[in-house]
Amino acid sequence: MNPPLTYTDSGLYCPAGDFFIDPIRPVKRAVVTHAHADHARPGSESYLACAVGKPLLRMRLGSESDFHFLDYGETINLGGVNLSLHPAGHMLGSAQVRLEHKGYVAVITGDYKLGHEPTCQSWSPVECNLLITESTFGLPVFRWPPEETVVRQINDWWRDNQAKEICSVLYGYAIGKSQRVLAALDDSIGSIFTHGAIEKGVQAYRDSGVALPDTKHVASAESKQDFRGALVLAVPSAHGTTWMKRFGQVSTAMVSGWTMIRGWRRRRFMDHGFVISDHVDWPALMRAIRLCDPEEVWVDHGYSDIVARYLNDTGRKARAVESKMSRIEEDQPQSSPAASEAYQ
Amino acid sequence: MIHFAELYTRLDRTTKTNQKISALIHYFEAADPADAAWATYFLSGNRLGRVIATQLVRTWAAEEADIPAWLFEESYQTVGDLAETVALVVPDGNHHYSKSLAECVCEDLLPMRDLPEADQRSRTLQIWRNTTKQVRFVFMKLLTGGFRVGVSKRLLIRALSKHSGVNTEVIAHRLMGTWESTAESFLRLVDPDEGDSVASRPYPFCLAHAVDNKRSIEQLGEHNEYAAEWKWDGIRGQLIRRQGQTFLWSRGEILMENTWPEIEAAAASLPDGTVLDGEILAAATVGDVLPFDQLQRRIGKKRVGKKLLKEVPVVFHAFDLLEREGEDIRLEPFASRRKKLEALLRKVDPPNLRITQLMQQTAWDQLAKIRETSRQHHAEGLMLKRLDASYSVGRVTGTWWKWKVDPHTIDGVLIYGQKGHGRRANLFSDYTFAVWDGDALVPFAKAYSGLSDQEIRQVDRFIRQNTSESFGPVRSVTPTLVMEIAFEGLRISKRHKSGVATRFPRIVRWRHDKQPSDASSLAELKALLDSPTEPIEQP
Repeated sequence: MNPPLTYTDSGLYCPAGDFFIDPIRPVKRAVVTHAHADHARPGSESYLACAVGKPLLRMRLGSESDFHFLDYGETINLGGVNLSLHPAGHMLGSAQVRLEHKGYVAVITGDYKLGHEPTCQSWSPVECNLLITESTFGLPVFRWPPEETVVRQINDWWRDNQAKEICSVLYGYAIGKSQRVLAALDDSIGSIFTHGAIEKGVQAYRDSGVALPDTKHVASAESKQDFRGALVLAVPSAHGTTWMKRFGQVSTAMVSGWTMIRGWRRRRFMDHGFVISDHVDWPALMRAIRLCDPEEVWVDHGYSDIVARYLNDTGRKARAVESKMSRIEEDQPQSSPAASEAYQ
Repeated sequence: MIHFAELYTRLDRTTKTNQKISALIHYFEAADPADAAWATYFLSGNRLGRVIATQLVRTWAAEEADIPAWLFEESYQTVGDLAETVALVVPDGNHHYSKSLAECVCEDLLPMRDLPEADQRSRTLQIWRNTTKQVRFVFMKLLTGGFRVGVSKRLLIRALSKHSGVNTEVIAHRLMGTWESTAESFLRLVDPDEGDSVASRPYPFCLAHAVDNKRSIEQLGEHNEYAAEWKWDGIRGQLIRRQGQTFLWSRGEILMENTWPEIEAAAASLPDGTVLDGEILAAATVGDVLPFDQLQRRIGKKRVGKKLLKEVPVVFHAFDLLEREGEDIRLEPFASRRKKLEALLRKVDPPNLRITQLMQQTAWDQLAKIRETSRQHHAEGLMLKRLDASYSVGRVTGTWWKWKVDPHTIDGVLIYGQKGHGRRANLFSDYTFAVWDGDALVPFAKAYSGLSDQEIRQVDRFIRQNTSESFGPVRSVTPTLVMEIAFEGLRISKRHKSGVATRFPRIVRWRHDKQPSDASSLAELKALLDSPTEPIEQP
C-alpha cells in the first residue's frame, strides 16, 4: 500500500486530504505541529493545530489567521483521510500528526522528546505503518544526562554566581526551552528576569494554565536596577550585545542539546553549557521507533542519511527525506538581537 | 586524575586569563609534585606520542557503544575530536577510577605501548567503564595526543610564577629544553633558589611582531633607532656551546641532533659558554641562499646522505649573541650584543657559521625599496630591531618587528568543503579553492583561516544547501563563492592537479562582488612561480 504522503517544493503534502504538514511556503491548508518558527510559518490560508497551543500560535502567526483547533486525540475527516493530533512532548501544544487513509496509518512526529516535565503533555507512542521522524540529534554521541542532574547544576551555578555577587545569564530558545527551564529553577535563590521575547512566551504559557515562577521583564525594570545575584533568561542572540551591559559582571550559560559538543560550546564563548534538549537523543529516538513499530521510517530534519542507514542496517526499512531547508542547526544565535527580537 | 580533569574543565570553560591562572594555581597548590610535573608536561604542549593506534581505539569504542564502525566515523566527523567522540559514544561508567595523574600516566598509559593488543583492549575498556565522561575525555586526550586547552606557555609560566614566587623569566628558562616529568624536576622548577644551570638549556626565544596595515612603519619611530636585516626564510635555531658540547635547539624547543652536521661541526670552534640565535639556511659556505623548498629536503631526515649534503649544504646565520664567556648578556642592548657577536665570529670564523649582514641604508623609504627585492634574495622581508632593546622573552611589543613582503593573491572559487576540528567542529570551515584552466576548475589551495566566525557560519550554511556530491567527509559544492587567497610562495608540484603548490594559503576576503567566472586562471597563478626549477617532491 502506498503512503498517502509526498514531498513537494512546499513541503510534506497529503494529496487525498489536500493539506500540507509544516509547509515551508504559504499554502491553502497547513497542519502545524507546533509554534516554532521553522514549523509554523505565516501566509497560509488556514491552519489546523492543537488547541493547547492556541495562545502560542496566535502569537507566532497573528490572531487574524484562520485557525482550526483539535484536542489531542480528536479526529476529523479531510477528504477521506482521518486526521488526529497526539502529544509530542516538545513544547506546550506540540503534536504528532496521525493520518489514516484506507487503513494505512502514517505518523509525523514533528519535533518531539520522550520523558516527563511539567510544561507540556508527554509524548506517547502511536502505532503506525509509516513513521516520519525528526533526527535533529540523531547521532550516538547525543545521550542526554538525567534532567534532575542538569537542573541541579543550573541552580548550583546560579547560587555560586550569587555568592560572587554577579548576575547569571541563561540563554535558551525563546519559546518552549526557556519556559521549561524557568519551571525547573529554584526561585527561592533570587529574582528571575526575562528578555522580551521570552516574557511573551511566559505569558502565553501562563494563559494556558502552566504554573511558572514569578518573572520580571528586563525592559520594564528600573533604570538603576541591581542585577547582582539575579538570573536573567535571555535569547542566545543577545550574547555579547549592548543589551547585556546593564547586567554588570555576568556569568553566561546556554541551555541546549548542542552544548554536549565541546567545539560548539567553545565557539560561542559562553562560560557554561547545560545539556537540556526538547528533542529525542539517540537512545530515545531508537526507543520511539521500537514502540511505534512502523513497517517503514522516513527520516527528516537533521542527521537523516545517517539514521536511515543505521535503521536499514539493523533491519528496519528506512529512507532519508531531507529537504534543503532542514539542515540548519536550531538555537543558532541570529545575526542581530533586533532581528531576533522581531523574529521570535 | 579527577583533579586534573577538573582543572581541564575549569580551563576549558573560560576564555578569561585571570580565571585560567587562578584555576592553575588552585591545581598546583593541592597537587602532589609528581602530578604537577605531568600537568606541566601536558600543559606545555608535550604529548606522550603514540600509545595505541587510533584505529584500534575507534574500533573498541564502536564495539563498546554497540554501533557499527561507520557510525562511529560519522559521529567523529560531527564532533571533530577523537577523544571527545569516544567519551560521548561510550555509555557513562562509574567513578571507580581513582589513580592520580602521575599514576595514570606511569602505570596505565606508558606501559600500554608494549602490551599485546588484547591486553591494551581490556585495560582501555576497564578504564572506560570506571570513568565518567569528563575523566574519560581527559584520559583519551592524553592517550591520543593533541592536548589543547587554551593555555599558552606564557600563561602557564605566569601561573607557576605566582604559585611559587619565582620570577617568570627564571621559570621560562627552567622550562626550556627537555622536561623530565618527575617530582624532583617540578620541585626544581619552583625552587626559590635561582642560581641554577644545565649545560643544554636554551634561552626562551625573542619573537617579532608584524608590521602590517594595522601598525604601519611610520608608527615605529625614528629609523636610526633600528637595525635592519633580511628576514630569512629558514629554520630558527639556538646554537649552544657549553662544556665542550654542542646543542642546537629549534624554536619549538626540539633538540635537533644529527640533522645539521655541518653546523654542529662549525660550532666546535666556538668558545665554551657561547649561545647564538640565528637561522638555519640552505646555502653554500660562500654564495647565495637557496629557496626554502631546497632546505625542506633535509628536514625530517634522520640521516643525511652524502649526496644530499653536497646538493643542499646548510649554514647557520647568526643574528644575536645571548651568552658570552658563560655570561647571560640578554639584558644588554642589541647594539652591544651585535658588536660582541661580530668580534666573536671574526675571531673564530668557521665556515658554515655566518653573521647576518645589517643593511647599510636605514631610512624608511630606502628600506621599503630593499624590501621589494626580498623574493630575489629568497628572504621573506626585513627584520627591524631596536638598537637599545634587550633580548626579551617571547613576543614583547616594540623590540623586534618583522616587515614581510606582501603575499601573492589570487581569486579562487570554493569547490569543496570539509568540517573543521575543535572550535569549528561540525562547521564546514576547511575549504578547497580552484582556478580556471580553460573551462575546467582545478583545485590549487586549501585554506582554513581568514574568515570571521559569522562568515564561516554563512559559508557553512551555503555548503549544506548547495552540496552536489559527498565523498566521505568532503562535500563538493556548486561553484559560486569567490574568495581572495593570499600565499607566501608557489612551487611546481606533481602531487596537485593544478601542478603547483602554494605555501601558507589563507583567505584575505570574501569577494561578494565577483562571479565564479571572474576568478583567476591557472596561467595567472603560474606566473607567480618562485623559480621555474625542477619539481621537488617529498616522499
